[in-house]
Amino acid sequence: MKTLNVSILQFPGTNCEYDTVYAFRRLGHETTLVWHKEESLPEESDLVVVPGGFSYGDYLRAGSIARFSPVMKAVQAYAAEGGKVLGICNGFQILTEAHLLPGALKRNQNLHFISRIQSLKVVDTDNDFLRFCQKDEILRIPIAHADGNYFVDDETLDDMERNGQILLRYCDENGDPTVVNGSVRQIAGICNREKNVFGLMPHPERAMESILGSEDGARMLEGFASA
Amino acid sequence: MKAIVNVYLKEGVLDPQGKAVHHALGSLGFDNVRDVRIGKQIVLELDASDPEAAKKEVEEMAETLLANTVIEEYTVEIVE
Repeated sequence: MKTLNVSILQFPGTNCEYDTVYAFRRLGHETTLVWHKEESLPEESDLVVVPGGFSYGDYLRAGSIARFSPVMKAVQAYAAEGGKVLGICNGFQILTEAHLLPGALKRNQNLHFISRIQSLKVVDTDNDFLRFCQKDEILRIPIAHADGNYFVDDETLDDMERNGQILLRYCDENGDPTVVNGSVRQIAGICNREKNVFGLMPHPERAMESILGSEDGARMLEGFASA
Repeated sequence: MKAIVNVYLKEGVLDPQGKAVHHALGSLGFDNVRDVRIGKQIVLELDASDPEAAKKEVEEMAETLLANTVIEEYTVEIVE
């Protein structure tokens, strides 16, 4: 397994960066925190992670202000050259606001902040992220968000389904689709058409040890190392 | 010069807050409400003299930052 140089972004209001550092170090990788004012990414970044939190207090819309930070220009350029980018929770919101991923994340349908361990069904494994998961496998990963209600127009959505861009759906413990936050077709995670930019609302970095409820997150994050 | 920007979820995009308020109004006995949409209003104080040019600029602001046109639509009104 390759040792990765993982660059983890940090905005004012980010709060999952240290969990993310812990998760990737636990898997044997090198991590560097990158402050949002940086205009470039560390050389030799194998993966850029936009972690969870409440960048800029979620003002205006979650992720809408962070996406104009200097470092995001570098991330745009990095992604355009095929570099791998993973957005978790607020990171997913930032990547949709930056148009690196299609769609947008709205307020949860029930208007509640939802925080719990959630079952997810693996939809597609033909990508660098979920290559160690099995199709239709059920993972248990924590979710913690108020704006996770994924929306995209039907035409784009059908296109994404055909291209294998739907990665994860919310389900119950038996694997039956379940409405969690109102997302179209119960979507919890997606990737772009080129399959180098990934986004999901659940937090794999919080599911690294069985003593803490689940280690399914480790299997997800490990995928990047074999690419 | 002042610009008033109203941002709403697009028609056809479910508005969970509007729905909850609609429901609450119904349970208070206000039965004549067909639909509720909740948006936000952004008021900008501008250093500008030409209302038309100002409107154009504010529309650009709306497209870039103030609204997410994947899910939202907006209106811009210039008031003196």
